[in-house]
Amino acid sequence: MSSLPSVAAPPPDQDVRSRLDARNDRWFAWLLKGCALLVLAALLGAAFATLWGGRHAFSTFGWHFLVSPAWDPGTDTYGALVPVYGTVVTSLVAVVLAVPVSFGIALFLTEVAPGWLRTPIASAIELLAGIPSIIYGMWGLFLFAPFFAEHIKPWLTAYLGNNPDGDHPSWVYDHLPFIGKLFSTDYPFGASVLTAGIVLAIMIIPFISSVMREVFMTVPTRLKESAYALGSSTWEVVWDIVLPYTRSAVIGGIFLGLGRALGETMAVTFVLGNTLNLSASLLDPGASIASTIANQFSEAVGLQKSALMALAFLLFVVTFIVLLIARLMLRRLAIKEGR
Amino acid sequence: MLNATTTVSRLGTAAVLAAATLLGANTARATDITGAGSSFVYPVISKWSAAYAEKTGNHLNYQSVGSGAGIAQIKEGTIDFGASDAPMSSEDLAKYGLGQFPIVVGGIVPVVNISGVSADQMKLDGQTLAEIFMGNIKNWNDPKIAALNPGLKLPSKHITVVHRSDGSGTTFNFTNYLSKVSPAWGSSVKFGTSVKWPTGVGGKGNEGVSQYVRQIAGSIGYVEYAYAKQNKIAWVDMKNAAGKVLKPDAAGFAAAAATADWAGAKDFNLIMTNAPGANAWPITATTWAIMYKKPKNAEHTKVVFDFFKWSYANGQPQAQALDYVPLPPSLVQKIEAYWASDFQK
Repeated sequence: MSSLPSVAAPPPDQDVRSRLDARNDRWFAWLLKGCALLVLAALLGAAFATLWGGRHAFSTFGWHFLVSPAWDPGTDTYGALVPVYGTVVTSLVAVVLAVPVSFGIALFLTEVAPGWLRTPIASAIELLAGIPSIIYGMWGLFLFAPFFAEHIKPWLTAYLGNNPDGDHPSWVYDHLPFIGKLFSTDYPFGASVLTAGIVLAIMIIPFISSVMREVFMTVPTRLKESAYALGSSTWEVVWDIVLPYTRSAVIGGIFLGLGRALGETMAVTFVLGNTLNLSASLLDPGASIASTIANQFSEAVGLQKSALMALAFLLFVVTFIVLLIARLMLRRLAIKEGR
Repeated sequence: MLNATTTVSRLGTAAVLAAATLLGANTARATDITGAGSSFVYPVISKWSAAYAEKTGNHLNYQSVGSGAGIAQIKEGTIDFGASDAPMSSEDLAKYGLGQFPIVVGGIVPVVNISGVSADQMKLDGQTLAEIFMGNIKNWNDPKIAALNPGLKLPSKHITVVHRSDGSGTTFNFTNYLSKVSPAWGSSVKFGTSVKWPTGVGGKGNEGVSQYVRQIAGSIGYVEYAYAKQNKIAWVDMKNAAGKVLKPDAAGFAAAAATADWAGAKDFNLIMTNAPGANAWPITATTWAIMYKKPKNAEHTKVVFDFFKWSYANGQPQAQALDYVPLPPSLVQKIEAYWASDFQK
């Protein structure tokens, strides 16, 4: 400013004002940076605390902790394979079931439903997201698990797997043993990996479908109407216009749901059956990282406590890997689309 | 300005009042003591503390945080007594300068869901129970079960074992009993607040186990007697160490507490499952209070002893209403002798 002599120097008042502004801006920026760093510090702190708590387990068992299926407080031997496997499988089942349903809900609300119906259903879905997980757990244990045991499980074992009463294996079991194994069990009750997956699916549907609905609404009307004008059906518009336009956000929403499913504790503890024995069947009871911690932490001492902390650290690792995969998928998509 | 002054003076008055109240509380006789640990004794301790507070004005704040946490907190000295479902070893107690004694007795019962079999109809012995929980006996019509139950019609039904999924004193005592009666169990599964179950499904808490047992036809589980009784689940009669088949009831639990070999157990470090008495229910459990022998806070410690003394003498109605069993007088005498000899008042 001073380099322009023709312009009168600003009055001192204004000068002070602008300096004050600059200082306030700097402080504001630091404040914001502090907020962001707080998140990072909390995350790193939690990860480090669980790693530190689990150091005895990691140093005692080494790599065996990751691959051993043994979880035996009697001999103080611990391995994370069963809970990690249970966590991943229940979450995958949940996502596989929840994504198509959420997609349908979001489509219905943005493309098909009459205007007066959209807001009530959207609010209902958001309310569903607010239900505490213990309620889902109680519902799962008292209502869904018995229903599952009585009506769904017998059908699955009879047509896809091996009957618990040992009559004869199904056609699928004989010809596609891999699928047959998934649906064979000796246990006649409702708590199982699949039950937990279904309850989790119901829990994450609100998250995934709200994200999908929000992003579907961002698709410019002119794109959709052009396609309709060219004679596309609703399905063609959705598949060829809406979905490509919103793909990365949709994947983001799915991984948000997956992240929630991975860490869910109470609902899973109620319907998973809590058995720390490795089994390939979706109809056998299992255990997840979060449910094992919730079950055993209060009475655990010594190495068992350390092993539970180590499990918590592994949950961080699993979640991190899932997020990493999401990032990689999004990047690959971006490259493919030439962006 | 005027407003502000009024507010300030009001705040001032409030502060003075609050301080007066606090001072008043401090100068009164009441002492607040704290305990933490086992959730098994929580219902009866909270009833006792309410009645005790009414009588003496001293309040007990008991946190039901689990035995492990209770032991950790008493070691750190943040509470006046800890409560644990598993006894501490004499070496551990000596290391931290602690002492322990039983609080109250309760029973654990096997419960079943077999169509046509109601409470007290099925009879089992420890060996058979262990084989069922190991998964060696897989069907209710197994000859070993039939031999113990002449006259009872047993269906051909797959046995589903239900156990606790959470670490608990109930599991500790149940698996301890199985370890005592079955060498195979004792060497492979062992006992603890949580174990590696050879078979079955895990329910969270007494309510989780009983819910699974109710849902699954042909299942067997184990819960605290009070829970089975209040929820009317079919329990199993057991053959005890003396070879007598017993119904689970207060008399049987008390007999176990009375006949267990306390004389040979230093610091009451004895798990009273499979007690030798003729009328002793075999799966009887107790919870131990753990305290410093040299009090960290003499005034609080005095009240804690007074609380337990009062509960042993006057706690029957509360304990019986909740289906716990007060300690038999012979055991109370031993505990009071232990207080006199081992604790500094």
